[in-house]
Amino acid sequence: MNYNWNWGIFWEASPEGVGTYLDTLMVGLRWTIVTALCAWILALVFGSLVGVMRTLPSKAAQRIGNAYVELFRNIPFLVQLFLWFFVLPEVLPQAAGLWLKQLPNAPFWTAVIGLGFYMSARVAEQLRAGINALPRGQRMAGTALGLTTAQTYRYVLLPMAFRIILPPLTSEFLNTIKNTSVALTIGLLELTARARAMQEFSFQVFEAFTAATLIYLALNLIVTTGMRLLERKVAVPGYIAGK
Amino acid sequence: MFSNLDFDVVRRSLGYLFLDGMTFTLTLTALATLGGIVLGTLIALMRLGNLPVLPKIAAAYVNFMRSLPLVLVIFWFYFLVPYIGAWITGAERPIAVGAFTSSLITFTLFEAAYFAEIMRAGIQSIPKGQVAAGYALGLTYPQVMANIVLPQAFRNMLPVLLTQTIILFQDTSLVYVLSLTDFLGAASKVAQRDGRLVEMYLFAAVVYFAISFAASSLVKRLQARTAIIR
Repeated sequence: MNYNWNWGIFWEASPEGVGTYLDTLMVGLRWTIVTALCAWILALVFGSLVGVMRTLPSKAAQRIGNAYVELFRNIPFLVQLFLWFFVLPEVLPQAAGLWLKQLPNAPFWTAVIGLGFYMSARVAEQLRAGINALPRGQRMAGTALGLTTAQTYRYVLLPMAFRIILPPLTSEFLNTIKNTSVALTIGLLELTARARAMQEFSFQVFEAFTAATLIYLALNLIVTTGMRLLERKVAVPGYIAGK
Repeated sequence: MFSNLDFDVVRRSLGYLFLDGMTFTLTLTALATLGGIVLGTLIALMRLGNLPVLPKIAAAYVNFMRSLPLVLVIFWFYFLVPYIGAWITGAERPIAVGAFTSSLITFTLFEAAYFAEIMRAGIQSIPKGQVAAGYALGLTYPQVMANIVLPQAFRNMLPVLLTQTIILFQDTSLVYVLSLTDFLGAASKVAQRDGRLVEMYLFAAVVYFAISFAASSLVKRLQARTAIIR
């Protein structure tokens, strides 16, 4: 192999004019984290709403919830991103479309919205599984105590269901972080995009990608450890996860 | 707002979209699934076996691949494969590797990590007594695996394997980052040439949705039919 390794490249000035290549990567990391967090909040809110809808007694609510999940699960994320970015501004009324196009940071907002909705379908699927995993008697006990449906969910079903699905939610959050890299196609300069740019400017392909790889691994490790601590903290005694 | 849309562009490019684009997508999906399942099963066997070191290597491979974004892995292999090729063939400079080969290697190696986890669950779902019974009958390890464990593991995991294949089918759209002509790549090229982004991307979304939805409905029916009542 005749490849010129140059690990010092990270401390050389990047052509962007501000800081070194390492700084560039770190700014990319910040975009990855911010995008993933914003999208995750959106995914949790919408995913919880739709997940609950799919377990409600009302057939109409179930149907709407199922349609929502099928819609967002059966279209590739990249295509969804293009729909939000290229198609939505064109099919909106002209004034609204123009406003969308001129939005500062459009790739960021598009990535947040697109990723948020895409992941919300997965959160909804997990939450439905979590609620269905609870014994039927819990819902009935809630009704027998005179709680309304909303109260049953708030005080009986959801606190336990969310605890049950914490491990799968962790991997969905990791997926959210990984999926932010798809947004480089619409011009979001997150970590992978920065590594790619660094490769184009400096021709040090493998150093750039190695750095990005290590950063993703570290990010994964931090999230996994944090979530494990959270799992232990919220565990309910008497369940397997509890002590 | 819809008045200036021209869906005729879809009709005019149907041949290109499906003969070039969809063929690429489906071939890549099929070959990567096949390779991924074979390699994934081997990794799962390595991980569950009791040879020294191998289980650790298998686990490390799976965890490593699963913590990286697919886009980054696609870039990695796109640049790495020519060097590996040169190393294997002993050539002086990086060899030219076709875009299709490069993405096939990427998807096979990447998806193998996911298939390995599925097969591991499948193998672990077989009662231990069956393996013991096989050994008691005098079968060797390969015979036990090939005749007793793996057939049942595949059958139990078939719905999950197929669901993962649907995900793989959707993931192949990411070769867009290498400007390849898969289905989305073809749609995007026509869209940019004719300035018809809205029509082409909507059409691409509808086609992906129709295929994935139909496939996942079939998987659901298969699941109901092959479920073993325990």
